[in-house]
Amino acid sequence: MEYRIATATKTSRASALIGIALVALLAALPLFAGRALVQDLIFVFYMLALAQLWNLLAGYAGLVSVGQQAFVGLGGYLLFALTIMAGLDPLLAILLAGVIAGMFAFPTALVVFRLRGAYFAIGTWVVAEVYRLVFAQVKQLGGGTGTSLPVAVTNEFAGIEWIKALFDVRTALARDMATYWVALALAVGAVLAVYLVLRSRRGLALAAIRDSEVAAESVGVDNFRVKLTIYAVTAAGTGMIGALIYLQKARISPDAAFSVLDWTAYVIFIVVIGGIGTIEGPIVGVIVFYLLQSYLADFGTWYLILLGALAIAVMLFAPQGVWGFLSRRFGVALFPVQRRLQRS
Amino acid sequence: MTGWIDTIIQGVLLGGLYALFAAGLSLIFGIMRLVNLGHGDLIVLAAFVILVLTKGLGVNVFVGLALAVPIMFALGYALQRFVLNRTLGRDILPPLLVTFGLSIIIENALLEVFSADSQRLDAGPLETASVALGGDIAVGVMPLLTLVSAVAVILALNFLFYATPLGRAFRATSDDPPTAELMGIDNRHIFSVAMGIALVVTAIAALYLGVRANFDPTIGPARLIYAFEAVIIGGLGSLWGTLAGGIIIGVAQTVGAHINPEWQILAGHVAFLIVLVLRPRGLFPRAVD
Repeated sequence: MEYRIATATKTSRASALIGIALVALLAALPLFAGRALVQDLIFVFYMLALAQLWNLLAGYAGLVSVGQQAFVGLGGYLLFALTIMAGLDPLLAILLAGVIAGMFAFPTALVVFRLRGAYFAIGTWVVAEVYRLVFAQVKQLGGGTGTSLPVAVTNEFAGIEWIKALFDVRTALARDMATYWVALALAVGAVLAVYLVLRSRRGLALAAIRDSEVAAESVGVDNFRVKLTIYAVTAAGTGMIGALIYLQKARISPDAAFSVLDWTAYVIFIVVIGGIGTIEGPIVGVIVFYLLQSYLADFGTWYLILLGALAIAVMLFAPQGVWGFLSRRFGVALFPVQRRLQRS
Repeated sequence: MTGWIDTIIQGVLLGGLYALFAAGLSLIFGIMRLVNLGHGDLIVLAAFVILVLTKGLGVNVFVGLALAVPIMFALGYALQRFVLNRTLGRDILPPLLVTFGLSIIIENALLEVFSADSQRLDAGPLETASVALGGDIAVGVMPLLTLVSAVAVILALNFLFYATPLGRAFRATSDDPPTAELMGIDNRHIFSVAMGIALVVTAIAALYLGVRANFDPTIGPARLIYAFEAVIIGGLGSLWGTLAGGIIIGVAQTVGAHINPEWQILAGHVAFLIVLVLRPRGLFPRAVD
């Protein structure tokens, strides 16, 4: 009797088709949607991308970082440095910011990997603070008060003229459209990258580490190496997203770029509400977060108190999150990574 | 030369404050392996409790602290009993995320009630009193009292740990929770008492924080980071190590500030990173995580 290993299910094949259609629809959206919606979706996409990467780090590799703002801020500042000082095209600068942020992950890991568990978490936070204080000393990038991108940079990156001519729109709208597509690409890229990593051999190693570090080590998984790779990959991705965020904002300051609330607390909230340790979780989470943000953000402190309370309630009473609850209840997985043995 | 000696003395005294921030964190980790990301915000909360008591009743800050102690103990006990005990287990995520959520709730609730205005605790003439050490160097009575309190708190905690039945129960639950339960210890109660005591230490730290400088609801996370650095530099599980860690951070900060005022905080973090790279287990490690 022949057996084979399968990961795909009927649902997942159907959802893959729906997913492709949805991405195509989203890609075409700026052609007919209003500017406000396009800008909102840029926010949704980059938060989703950040959440996917944090989920890979914390939910799968067990590296619970509360210092990912280090790489968002680093990416943002690299965009400013590469475009203003080196005169690079912003799109190229985003890519390069990712590569450099990935390289910065190694010396950072040298320090934070000496700490375990919860101490690793605060250690990453300290490192993010160091990054913030160091960038506040760089006078060429505005020091502690920050700086703005010159109009020449924000309005003249590759493809803008092309978009303007093709869709007959003004510069501001063309800029939003270009940013939107980059953000969509990063979000879809993050989802696919996490999915592919988890389906690869390394993903199997990750699952083993998550379940038992000692057992994983004993069957030949090099824990340190696997974790370091994941840390560097998420740092690179987070750096690219940071660069994109600050291309859109066009103004950067150390306090905003290295904000633990904006780039880590919200991201953790999204992952926890949606369901940590699943790819679908952050997608569900970002929708919940976007709805809460749209309707309640005006309440300021009360809004944040509500987010904190919701996260605590989910962690205490439904630690698997919204998606975890649904998938357990109905046994569905849109991005299956579990390997099942089937008769062929 | 006098300038440098003065700088280092001020740093040592500042270290007393950081050791007070850190003692509560160290205690909690030692007993239940819980890292409380809301620790800094609890310090700020305690400062506001003392502020309300002193302003409301028109009493001295030290009387305010005495009144705040039972309040903070009760708060700590309830927090552990009803919320944090549910998060303890093999998985490190629940305690981290729940205390992170708690940190955000406390900070924003304080902002809602007290606004972002800077506040200060008023210690009266003690604030400006100083003791001359000779050779143009004088130290403030309050900073000196901070360091003395830090030493007293650590002595008291060590006495509690090693010379009382409660301390024996703390050590037993820390070493082996199931066996401690078999011996008739109620771990959940013991953990709750430990958190209550940690928040009493927090209230003492809050007094000196509020008298030393202005505070507002947003400064909690930075206090958490200083406390954490002191604990790691000292080595997990060692309270005297935590005092040494606090002093190292304090001296690094004042020396950094002496060279360039913008480098104060950065210098403290750099000292921490250097120790972490050279001695990952801290200077005086006792526990293994």
